Amino acid sequence: MRPYGIVAEFATPGELVVAARAARNYGFSRMETYTPFLVPEVEEILRHRNWLPLVVLMAGATGTLTGYLLQTYIAVYDYPINVGGRPLHSLPSFIVIMFELTILFAALGAFFGTLIFNGLPAPYHPVGNARGFEAATQDRFFLCIEALDEKFDPEDTAGFLASLNATKVEHVAG
Amino acid sequence: MKTTEDIAPGQTLSSVTDKISGIVLTRGTPLTWFGVMYVAVLLLALFLLAVSWLFYKGVGVWGIKIPVAWGFAITNFVWWIGIGHAGTLISAILLLLNQKWRNSINRFAEAMTLFAVACAGTFPLLHLGRPWLFYWLFPYPNTMNIQPQFRSPLVWDVFAVSTYATVSLLFWYLGLLPDLATFRDRAKSSIVYKVYGVLSLGWRGTSRQWMYHRTASLLLAGLATPLVLSVHTVVSFDFTVSILPGWHSTIFPPYFVAGAIYSGFAMVLVLAIPIRAVYGLNGLITERHLENSAKVMLATGLILAYAYVIEPFTAWYGGNEYEIYAFWNRAFGSYWWAFWLTMACNVVIPQALWLQSIRRNTIALFGISLAVLYGMWLERYVIIVTSLHRDFLPSSWGQFSGTFWDHATFYGTIGLFLFLFLLFIRLLPMMSIYEVRELVHETLRDSR
Repeated sequence: MRPYGIVAEFATPGELVVAARAARNYGFSRMETYTPFLVPEVEEILRHRNWLPLVVLMAGATGTLTGYLLQTYIAVYDYPINVGGRPLHSLPSFIVIMFELTILFAALGAFFGTLIFNGLPAPYHPVGNARGFEAATQDRFFLCIEALDEKFDPEDTAGFLASLNATKVEHVAG
Repeated sequence: MKTTEDIAPGQTLSSVTDKISGIVLTRGTPLTWFGVMYVAVLLLALFLLAVSWLFYKGVGVWGIKIPVAWGFAITNFVWWIGIGHAGTLISAILLLLNQKWRNSINRFAEAMTLFAVACAGTFPLLHLGRPWLFYWLFPYPNTMNIQPQFRSPLVWDVFAVSTYATVSLLFWYLGLLPDLATFRDRAKSSIVYKVYGVLSLGWRGTSRQWMYHRTASLLLAGLATPLVLSVHTVVSFDFTVSILPGWHSTIFPPYFVAGAIYSGFAMVLVLAIPIRAVYGLNGLITERHLENSAKVMLATGLILAYAYVIEPFTAWYGGNEYEIYAFWNRAFGSYWWAFWLTMACNVVIPQALWLQSIRRNTIALFGISLAVLYGMWLERYVIIVTSLHRDFLPSSWGQFSGTFWDHATFYGTIGLFLFLFLLFIRLLPMMSIYEVRELVHETLRDSR
């Protein structure tokens, strides 16, 4: 089996942050951290681009427009009812459903956007093969440098990670 | 000065993980759980019986008739949906306000929302008369060539409540993902591993996943905040948009929202106090949580009391004789007992919460919360029944009283709620483990 990368385990988020910064400075770019809760400092080091707010904005705008067009089409063209001579195109009474659909579409966008950007559902992931990796969702902090990285070398990279105060360093297969 | 804390001292990342996941994965089910489940299942059976009888005979088995066609069903609907609102308040608004203490109670408060909305949703559907045609409420191309009337608040309600249910579900599930992954990684048997593995969707806690997770949580919180205010506002529109004395009032939206949060926090306390005792979670649900919930209850209760004063004042000041009569009839008409009980439960009894000793006394707090829940149910009953049973013309006056089946359906939904809630605490992490970990991490860091 071809190697997926090398996983290093750390006892605290502080040590993980130091290690991730060192790896970034060393020139590694294909790496990822696995932590039991959000560690904001890591995010600054790995610099992911976050598209979600834009997606949610577009989804919300789609919802507003859908709400308006749906109600206008039905109330004015498809099924017009004269209630006491009030205008068919009565925008004030359309506002509630426009608002609700804005929220609904935006929320669906936020939820499914998160899943899609994260590549979920993903029942299998190679890092799960590392021994003791269950701790990544409990109380340990992991850094994985992937084999696809240009600077990756099985010996050197493992040595580099071991020098960063890692409690454990392990090769994982893909 | 030492005050009560968000989390008891001495907790570590692994101790909170053990404690919360152990409830589901390793520790045995407490006997109390079975005891309450037994009651829940009995009530659930009563619910199924009541609904079957309703389907067989029609809505006439309830006490509803003209002029009081709303009766228990709409009272129950408003009551349940109001209870749900505290869950969203805790999970969304307190997240945006960065109130860290919410981290250990938000999960079960969200679950409470979800199940309360499920109970609420059954009533308008059952009340339809022909519930199997509920989909007529939605706009869709059909051979009958008819469409909903978008100028009616009842149609707004369909959209508001279904959006609320959907958004609450998504928010809750998104929050569950990291904790389901923890369960997967702690599973001892392969079936448990597979079930939580599938449910967790393969969550690994990568920095990218956490980034999107946090952004999505904040965005959903930002969306849920105006949503929760809109839902009870739209519910109140069902009343205020009509011209009935006692309903046609601009104070209703804020008054309903305050009442919703009031009853919701009462339900949070009614659930949290026994859970913390039975599962020994005093270190995670601390006195501070109970005290803060009691304070929110006191504050929203005072807003409600203000509305109770302003309503009759406006009627008197407005000089409309129908409006004045409606309020006189509420207090001194045939439903006087319900009105004064509402005042006692919602205004008088909760004033005890001014005392810190009461706020820290779990038994007193539990009792006051039950009183508030009962009072809030009666409040909606009074609003609905007293306004409907005295119409403008004495020739269309009438009386309402709930039948056995009215009561059976209502108590039945309490069974449904308890049943779902008990399954939830048995099978899913009832506290947000990753957020409690963050709390522990911050506490440890700050103490260094």
